[in-house]
Amino acid sequence: MTEISLNILDIAENSVAAGAKNIQIEISVSRSDDILKVIIADDGKGMDQKTLEKVTDPFFTSRTTRKIGLGVPFFKMAAEATGGSFEINSSPGEGTRICADFVLSHIDRMPLGDISTTIHNLIVFHPQLDVSYRYQVDDAYFDLNTKEIREILGDIPLDSKEVSRYIKDYLVENKQETDKEEVFQ
Amino acid sequence: MKSLAELKAIRDKMQNQINMRSESGDENAIRVVVGMATCGIAAGARPVLNELADKVQEKGLSDKIVVTQTGCIGLCQYEPIVEVYEPGKEKVTYIKMNAEKADEVLTRHLIGGHVVDDYTMGSSGLK
Repeated sequence: MTEISLNILDIAENSVAAGAKNIQIEISVSRSDDILKVIIADDGKGMDQKTLEKVTDPFFTSRTTRKIGLGVPFFKMAAEATGGSFEINSSPGEGTRICADFVLSHIDRMPLGDISTTIHNLIVFHPQLDVSYRYQVDDAYFDLNTKEIREILGDIPLDSKEVSRYIKDYLVENKQETDKEEVFQ
Repeated sequence: MKSLAELKAIRDKMQNQINMRSESGDENAIRVVVGMATCGIAAGARPVLNELADKVQEKGLSDKIVVTQTGCIGLCQYEPIVEVYEPGKEKVTYIKMNAEKADEVLTRHLIGGHVVDDYTMGSSGLK
């Protein structure tokens, strides 16, 4: 994985696989604290304590095609390689929450990458999923909530051409205004 | 900041269009599936998925070609993988894809009807 945003896409797919109806993704950069924080929280089926202990082990997976599961270990490693931290909490029936802190100025911090495409992909390829997204840099931030969008659109699908385009533009333009086009790489 | 007000304008415009329907296509549509598990994403599947999805929408083919994603297909070393399911035909599996190859597959296979043999799993000696 070459971008934090690709890790996020991968982790978020786990939420979808866990039957989540809602997923919350938050990126917040604090230049004064030198931290880029990523929070991914879902209301999927969650994991029991035993599974949770094994989930950061690359030789554990819930899938059946292979005996290796690298998604969570990759993300943990990427955060910890910067001197940051990784935390995962989960309980059966309630959902899972991952919080990763990346040290912003660390040479081993991978670029945030195209986070707008990650969020857009999640929304248009999972029409049943509701996504709540915040992108914050110091005091500036913007939100996107698919529930609000659905309220306005009624039964017009989020993956229809015009709406999909609008969501992409919304993500890209508002991100530019929030971080003043500073690319966190 | 872009606001939700613009979305209301899109809604009003779209509500006036008759025959509006979900872009899920009909049962005769070609289904194109991109592997988007850890292996696929790490190998570069995201640009492949977006190239296919964007071009299909751009060209107005959403009712004929449906682009979706799936998890690990079990052939991680050949990712990014694109599978094409055409009604009445055998599944075609393209391996080691990138956005450029995806574009070619869209033009020659999905629109033109000719399988791009160079990129299929069959041509690389695998079954």
